[in-house]
Amino acid sequence: MSQAKLKVGVYWGASCGGCDVAFLDIHEKILDVIQVAEVKFWPCAMDFKYKDVEGYPDGYLDITLFNGAIRNSENEHVARLLRKKSKLMVAFGACAHMGGIPGLANFWSKKDIFASAYLESPSTENLQKIVPQVETKVPEGTLKIPELYENVRTLAQTIDVDYTVPGCPPNPEQIAIVLGAVASGKLPAKGAVVGASDKAMCEDCPRKKKELKFKKFQRRHLTHPDPEICFMEQGIVCLGAATRAGCGWRCIGSNMPCRGCYGPLPNVTDQGAKILAAIASHIDSEDPEEVERILDGIPDPAGYFYRFGLPLSLLHRRHLGDR
Amino acid sequence: MPYKIGVYVCHCGTNIAGMVNVEEVADFARGIPGVTLSRTYKFMCSDPGQALLQEDIRKNGLDAVVVAACSPLMHERTFRRAAQEAGLNPFLVQIANIREQCSWVTEGKGAATEKAKALVAAAVRRAREHQPLEMRRVEITPSALVVGGGIAGIQAALDLADAGVQVVLVEREPSIGGHMAMFDKTFPTLDCAACILTPKMVAAGSHPNIKLMTWSEVEEVSGFVGNFKVKIRRKAGYVDHDKCTGCGLCIEKCPYKADSEFEQGLAKRKAIYLPFAQAVPNKPIIDKNACAYLKNGKCRVCVKFCEAAAIDFTQQDRVEEVTVGTIVLATGFQAMDGRRIPELGYGRLPGVYSALEFERLNNAAGPTNGVIQTRDGRAPRSVAILHCTGSRDENHHRYCSRVCCMYALKYAHLLREKLPEARVYNFYIDMRCFGKGYEEFYKRLQEEGVRFVRGKGAQVWGGAEWKAMVPAAAVPEGLEDHQLVVVAEDSLLQQVLHVPVDMVVLTPAFEPRFDAEEVGRRFLVSRGADGFFLEQHPKLAPVSTTNEGVFIAGACQGPKDIPDTVAQGSAAASKALSLITRKEIEIEATTAHVQDELCSGCRTCIGLCPYNAITFDEARKRAAVNDALCKGCGTCVAACPSSAILARHFGDRQIFSEIEGLLSL
Repeated sequence: MSQAKLKVGVYWGASCGGCDVAFLDIHEKILDVIQVAEVKFWPCAMDFKYKDVEGYPDGYLDITLFNGAIRNSENEHVARLLRKKSKLMVAFGACAHMGGIPGLANFWSKKDIFASAYLESPSTENLQKIVPQVETKVPEGTLKIPELYENVRTLAQTIDVDYTVPGCPPNPEQIAIVLGAVASGKLPAKGAVVGASDKAMCEDCPRKKKELKFKKFQRRHLTHPDPEICFMEQGIVCLGAATRAGCGWRCIGSNMPCRGCYGPLPNVTDQGAKILAAIASHIDSEDPEEVERILDGIPDPAGYFYRFGLPLSLLHRRHLGDR
Repeated sequence: MPYKIGVYVCHCGTNIAGMVNVEEVADFARGIPGVTLSRTYKFMCSDPGQALLQEDIRKNGLDAVVVAACSPLMHERTFRRAAQEAGLNPFLVQIANIREQCSWVTEGKGAATEKAKALVAAAVRRAREHQPLEMRRVEITPSALVVGGGIAGIQAALDLADAGVQVVLVEREPSIGGHMAMFDKTFPTLDCAACILTPKMVAAGSHPNIKLMTWSEVEEVSGFVGNFKVKIRRKAGYVDHDKCTGCGLCIEKCPYKADSEFEQGLAKRKAIYLPFAQAVPNKPIIDKNACAYLKNGKCRVCVKFCEAAAIDFTQQDRVEEVTVGTIVLATGFQAMDGRRIPELGYGRLPGVYSALEFERLNNAAGPTNGVIQTRDGRAPRSVAILHCTGSRDENHHRYCSRVCCMYALKYAHLLREKLPEARVYNFYIDMRCFGKGYEEFYKRLQEEGVRFVRGKGAQVWGGAEWKAMVPAAAVPEGLEDHQLVVVAEDSLLQQVLHVPVDMVVLTPAFEPRFDAEEVGRRFLVSRGADGFFLEQHPKLAPVSTTNEGVFIAGACQGPKDIPDTVAQGSAAASKALSLITRKEIEIEATTAHVQDELCSGCRTCIGLCPYNAITFDEARKRAAVNDALCKGCGTCVAACPSSAILARHFGDRQIFSEIEGLLSL
């Protein structure tokens, strides 16, 4: 009789499903994983119900890998439920870690988003102007759907989180590493970011660097970057300098600049502000008007610099004032 | 809570206590986690106030102290020293400024007290995050570099040398003397400029403690206060000054000529030349652009006549390195090019002169031996002196050049003296005669029959141009073609005047040297909006700069007259001397530090440091901050995308804690 297998839960909050796919991307290593782990909850891939989880004793699951941000009341409800039922809670992937792509919603209000999605988009025909309601009365009774929150939150802003595995999605190899560590009992200190370096992407980046200076920013899709030379030196904004290494330079190796999904370095409070400060430091002009013009070469800087991290950042969201 | 913090709320007489309820603030502080005791005192900066703090540190083993009092600029040092004497690291003292930033500027006792509480809460939270830091000491090399051999640099060099300091005096031109050497008389005393300057030039040239390097320029400065390493380019002058006796025969025999820079192009000089007769060193150099041998390999007349065999056509530029403890920058000014105001006709109309041209014209040693005459040799019967050429002018320089009014008066006086029949006009915006004896000089000139027109000379036209342009009725009677017409609005008469004159003298604005930006960068001295070098404090540190150990003197800091320039030269020398006499100095402890374990070698910080303190270690692929050069400005800290550079005493935790404290009420 082998050692008791780890009881594992996997859940998705506000996410795209990419993290779940990442589990499958470990290919044949899944065979190693199932040697040590037994899935007890994974709605994306297997038939489990919330009531199954509700039936588990507290702390029944050895570990839950939670991907996705907290966007609505259902996300939050299940996050709290799983926290109770799990010995270890892992924020898995950029959305759980930092808010991720769904976190960009924090640049808008819930009202803006509903208006755009249900009323104003060019392909929408909604003459009765119906927008989702938490409660809807129908002859059979009252229907309830989860409430969409005003703000997107990270998992750690909602429940107590033990570890974070960053990435959009995390490098599949890290999944085996995390489960292996739990199985072997060699746990890092609580709060640790697992499966990523404490240094930025520039550490060991294969591209050559000489001197940073910007006279003009280029957009990636409008240019053919030299695959040997640092993106930044080619005027293409790369977030690598402000982003943890650990992904294996997947984007950079495919001649795409780093977009920052592995999140800020250990001492950094605000990843977007950091890359902004770094870039602004190397604008090659003393003339305020020219500086302005050069900076205008970055369309949607807020979205670019906070692509994955707005809810985690010092800003948390755009201040909408009295709009 | 491991902290034992003492909080001291100062009354500052009624300065603070008159607006802030200090007892309430002290009671509030007692309730902040980490605070073990909290007191108020009449004057914390007084001896008993400091003693109170010291006693508490000793008795209660305080591990941090918050003093809620005046600005840290006033007394941070005082309390740091007091803490150190009592055995507490000085960087564990935090000041809450409840005077300048609270009691003096807040209306209402209630609001001021609440604000003081917030500031105290911020200081306590910050103090909890403080780390002990050590000041470091460096030795000072007892020597000085003076850059620029005008009157400011000469004065500074002489003062330092007389005090026994080894001085290297670097001058870009072939002779020291600067602008003052070009002047004839000086205002308002009208004493002869050469008579008072040349003895100083000679003294500087022969002083055993001064190493004079003329025809030389500073190329690179590295190092830091106490130990600057300076590379100086000694430009090739093709004359070996060690051999040259200064007999002047080569100059006499040289068959080639060029425009004399010193004479403002009003006279010629030889290809081998002294810029002027009293030049120091009194040994010539060869202008390679005028010398036939250096241009086409023919001539060598000078070689033939030089008995000392001092001519050396093989001479090359060479770079000499010196180490000095302090630096005085006295690089002076340049006069604005009158051509930039085309409506004044300078460069187009031969009768329009710049001030320096007029100085030479009037100088007994000048191109006309002091005879004031136009380029075609006529004695002017009327002269207009236009004030504020490019100064106090939105289109050029907004600042006042400060000396033009006075030398314009001097010109008027000299003109009246030499050409009693001539009509002399001064077109001015305001007369600014603020120095000692200046107003009296102005009064004297008013009595000398000089015509003062309160209105800026707006345009100058040639007589022929004017006749062709305006109707006959508007042509002043008897206007000749070679004459000039000055157009100005007399703002007292509220009338536009068209004044015919024979000569116009402009008073071009003082400007920073054309290479001031580069020089500033080389010496790490910043510049003001006007482009002149910036003093550390406009009132209290007028010759210091933000680069410790580098001082500024004279017109490189802003337009000024000779007395002010000399005073600044002496002031800079005395500041440099006081640094040297200390033998060693403490350097900044609040420096930036690269944490190797977080640096990814992204190079974002490289090239950002205004003090050149950051280098990149190619082998390890890490940035490194040189502690001795770092001033703790934080530029690299803000830019580091990994937050791998730590600002000692200004870490994120320290700053965020302070903000959290402020917002905690």
